Amino acid sequence: MSDPATQFADAIRAAADAKRPLNICGGGSKTFYGNPSIGETLDVTTYRGIIEYEPTELVITARAGTPLADIEAAMREQGQMLGFEPPHFGGNATLGGCIAAGLSGPRRPYAGSARDFVLGLRLLDGRGTDLHFGGQVMKNVAGYDVSRLITGSLGTLGVILEVSLKALPLPPSEMTLCREQTQSEALALMNEWAGKPLPITATCHVDGRLYVRLAGATPAVHSAAAKLGGETLADGAAFWRDLRDQRHAFFSGESPLWRLSLSSIAPELQLSGAQLIEWGGALRWLRSDSDAMGIRKAARSGDGHATRFRGGDPRSGAFHPLPSQMLKLHKRVKQAMDPVGIFNPGRLYADF
Amino acid sequence: MSASVHAIPVDFERQRAVCAALRAFMPEHGVLFDREDVTPYECDGLSAYRQVPMVVALPENEEQVCAILETCYALRVPVTARGAGTGLSGGALPLGNGVLLSMAKLMKIVTLDPLARTARVQPGVRNLSISEAAAPHGLYYAPDPSSQIACSIGGNVAENSGGVHCLKYGLTVHNILKLRVATIEGEIIELGGGGLDSAGYDLLALMTGSEGLLGVVTEITVKLLPRPECAQVVLAAFDDVGTAGQAVANVIAAGIIPAGMEMMDQPTILAVEPFVNAGYPTDAAGILLCESDGTREEVADEIRRIERIMEDSGAHLVRVSRDEAERLRFWAGRKAAFPAVGRLSPDYYCMDGTIPRKRLAEVLRGITVMEKKYELRCANVFHAGDGNLHPLILYDANDPRQLQNAEDFGAEILKLCIDVGGTITGEHGVGVEKIDSMCVQFNSAELEAFHALKHAFDEHALLNPGKAVPTLHRCAEFGRMHVHSGAEKFPELPRF
Ligand SMILES: Cc1cc2nc3c(=O)[nH]c(=O)nc-3n(C[C@H](O)[C@H](O)[C@H](O)COP(=O)(O)OP(=O)(O)OC[C@H]3O[C@@H](n4cnc5c(N)ncnc54)[C@H](O)[C@@H]3O)c2cc1C
Ligand SMILES: Cc1cc2nc3c(=O)[nH]c(=O)nc-3n(C[C@H](O)[C@H](O)[C@H](O)COP(=O)(O)OP(=O)(O)OC[C@H]3O[C@@H](n4cnc5c(N)ncnc54)[C@H](O)[C@@H]3O)c2cc1C
Repeated sequence: MSDPATQFADAIRAAADAKRPLNICGGGSKTFYGNPSIGETLDVTTYRGIIEYEPTELVITARAGTPLADIEAAMREQGQMLGFEPPHFGGNATLGGCIAAGLSGPRRPYAGSARDFVLGLRLLDGRGTDLHFGGQVMKNVAGYDVSRLITGSLGTLGVILEVSLKALPLPPSEMTLCREQTQSEALALMNEWAGKPLPITATCHVDGRLYVRLAGATPAVHSAAAKLGGETLADGAAFWRDLRDQRHAFFSGESPLWRLSLSSIAPELQLSGAQLIEWGGALRWLRSDSDAMGIRKAARSGDGHATRFRGGDPRSGAFHPLPSQMLKLHKRVKQAMDPVGIFNPGRLYADF
Repeated sequence: MSASVHAIPVDFERQRAVCAALRAFMPEHGVLFDREDVTPYECDGLSAYRQVPMVVALPENEEQVCAILETCYALRVPVTARGAGTGLSGGALPLGNGVLLSMAKLMKIVTLDPLARTARVQPGVRNLSISEAAAPHGLYYAPDPSSQIACSIGGNVAENSGGVHCLKYGLTVHNILKLRVATIEGEIIELGGGGLDSAGYDLLALMTGSEGLLGVVTEITVKLLPRPECAQVVLAAFDDVGTAGQAVANVIAAGIIPAGMEMMDQPTILAVEPFVNAGYPTDAAGILLCESDGTREEVADEIRRIERIMEDSGAHLVRVSRDEAERLRFWAGRKAAFPAVGRLSPDYYCMDGTIPRKRLAEVLRGITVMEKKYELRCANVFHAGDGNLHPLILYDANDPRQLQNAEDFGAEILKLCIDVGGTITGEHGVGVEKIDSMCVQFNSAELEAFHALKHAFDEHALLNPGKAVPTLHRCAEFGRMHVHSGAEKFPELPRF
């Protein structure tokens, strides 16, 4: 059988010639996310496997179809992890899907996002051309930072073939504390703590309780726990995993799920529906039947944006509308990478 | 370096027209064109390249920046933005037929919000003054290039600058939230946002490190971090740089991400020690400085482990800073490395390749061979934690042969960095200096993708043209040049 990358390139060229859209598909675990996909399926899961993993270089390189779970298992064996704690949403999420979606988990504000950990990647553009950007080293400013541009572009700019990511050591110890707290008190505390040298790696407020994860050297974790106070949660790891993969009870049920990414000090949202706060206040999840306009207005006033993450009225796009200047620029960037417009058209915005 | 010192004659008619158009809305002192007024702008930190600009514009606010760009766009005049001019790759080298847009007067810290831990600053603000303004709140701005007392935050964004602490705290791209950018058409766009991500493509990341080719940054919202409770540094000396490199790997393998991890080789130590009396052992082949910061408990724990790893890795001397004064003294040597080495010879040429750390010994051996080949000395300073090498080639610019040799030496180091799986620039940018090496690192399809992206932002190529990304034509010329110089074909012939 010929190299899958060559097959993908052939498929892309054929699609571009015929001006037929392609729907790039990892495992499909995030199909609920974004606007609906159209086009013929290009299954990239066949291109899998870890290419190189050098723990002392803090770099792992793998093919896009590699299951995220395999990557994390290999890293755990070496006492390392993906610092952005990517959500899986089911067992089969792939590395390519994870980088294309660009989503990060609870550790994000304290360690960095998916794009922060991307060091380089290999992709096929809209002409099927095989391109490498960035590399396998920590610092690299040669050429524009295309790798980070691709991260979070939901497969609209190219087919990711391989990705190199920075690794982080697993913390020697972790502890989760929780306490009763109102939402506004929790927001104030999250922001106040973030301004102090404390080994915090996750925060969450839900159902009137504030959760904090501490991580690092054992004595440092204990001394920080003594400073913060609150009770210790027995299975903290399970709590954060459920939060990351949206298996926490807050995420079950039928009402539409909104994701509001805002300034961490944005005040409590005056919107109907239940809320869950993460990321030190910078991420607010909302279960609400309120209209999209109102929710987006609230997000704007918090200097942020709102995504209709799951459910709700598909007539309002999944992603926050762009100002006209930015929309124009997005179309031009799309045109630069995918001139015929075959990759996941409409997945991000209806216009491209 | 030598090749580019060629002055384009000024087109006086064009100059008059551009000045008149700019003075329609700019004060007289904000538009310069007299030879003596514009000469101070003829180069950045890479002074081997010089070119006086046709016109210098000195805007005092964002509206003026936009109006200048709109005017240049209408007249199709190329524009080069300039921050503090400390760049080391000729990124801010003016164009003889262009406008040099100095951002130096936009130097206000607009707001600083201690609770949100952010600061909104204008591009001309000096890197260090952000941390100074944040200090009363126990906060600081993490990226700390050695040039931080002088360089501007706008320049930092354009170069995606790093510093000694970036293995743990990241580069500029990891420490900014939002940019206001003026497009070449003179319109303002906002990239990023008040939260930790934004809708659509990550154009904030794309703009960062784009060397003034995609837009002019007019305002930056930076993240501020809490000052670590304390910091301590371990100084370890080795008989062999390869062993020192292995010690770095051993620290990482132990699950430690040091706040800073720097290496200096013997030529550097010998230059630095008499200059600053940092207490470095001058008999060592290489020394490592490894810093831990955080809470008292974290630092105590980490320093103990680092000390043991250094000993187990074969260090013949390990010292831990006993107090803040000693910690600063240990660092003073590293911070003075460039000027100290600079005293050894009339000129030095600073390279900036990044390599996978495991190839360090091999690369340093290669550089030693090149020292003989080019008959020039080289001192090595190394951000060891993240593999970023700064070989400092010592030469005398007044000797044309040495100048040419230094340039060839540098290009060969960069080629070696690429061959071992690294990159030609870790933090100083491509500018004009490394533009030919870009042809070695990227193939023509990749370069074309860069040009396509540039076109998306700047279709007439008016923003800092000729920098950062070579034309395919230039690469073809460069390739031919290489064949001509005959390295492979006629190895027996002497080359000068
Ligand atoms: C509705 C649904 C529910 C599921 N539930 C479960 C479950 O409960 N348990 C379980 O074990 N499994 C479940 N799965 C299966 C599994 O989670 C997914 O099939 C899959 O492995 C993960 O897909 P992904 O994360 O790789 O991203 P995808 O969802 O495939 O892709 C996300 C986005 O990234 C893009 N993309 C993906 N790969 C690339 C690439 N290489 N280059 C460029 N763009 C790319 C896509 O176009 C898309 O826009 C479910 C699947 C679906 C569809
Ligand atoms: C002694 C010394 C030590 C150094 N140490 C380090 C170090 O440790 N780490 C490191 O990363 N660098 C280092 N540098 C390099 C340099 O200081 C950085 O690249 C710095 O970011 C340049 O900032 P500047 O304001 O001087 O920019 P300039 O030199 O004025 O410009 C640099 C580039 O940015 C563009 N630019 C400037 N302002 C803007 C703007 N507002 N909008 C768009 N584009 C703009 C210019 O066009 C040019 O391409 C060092 C330099 C020296 C001289």
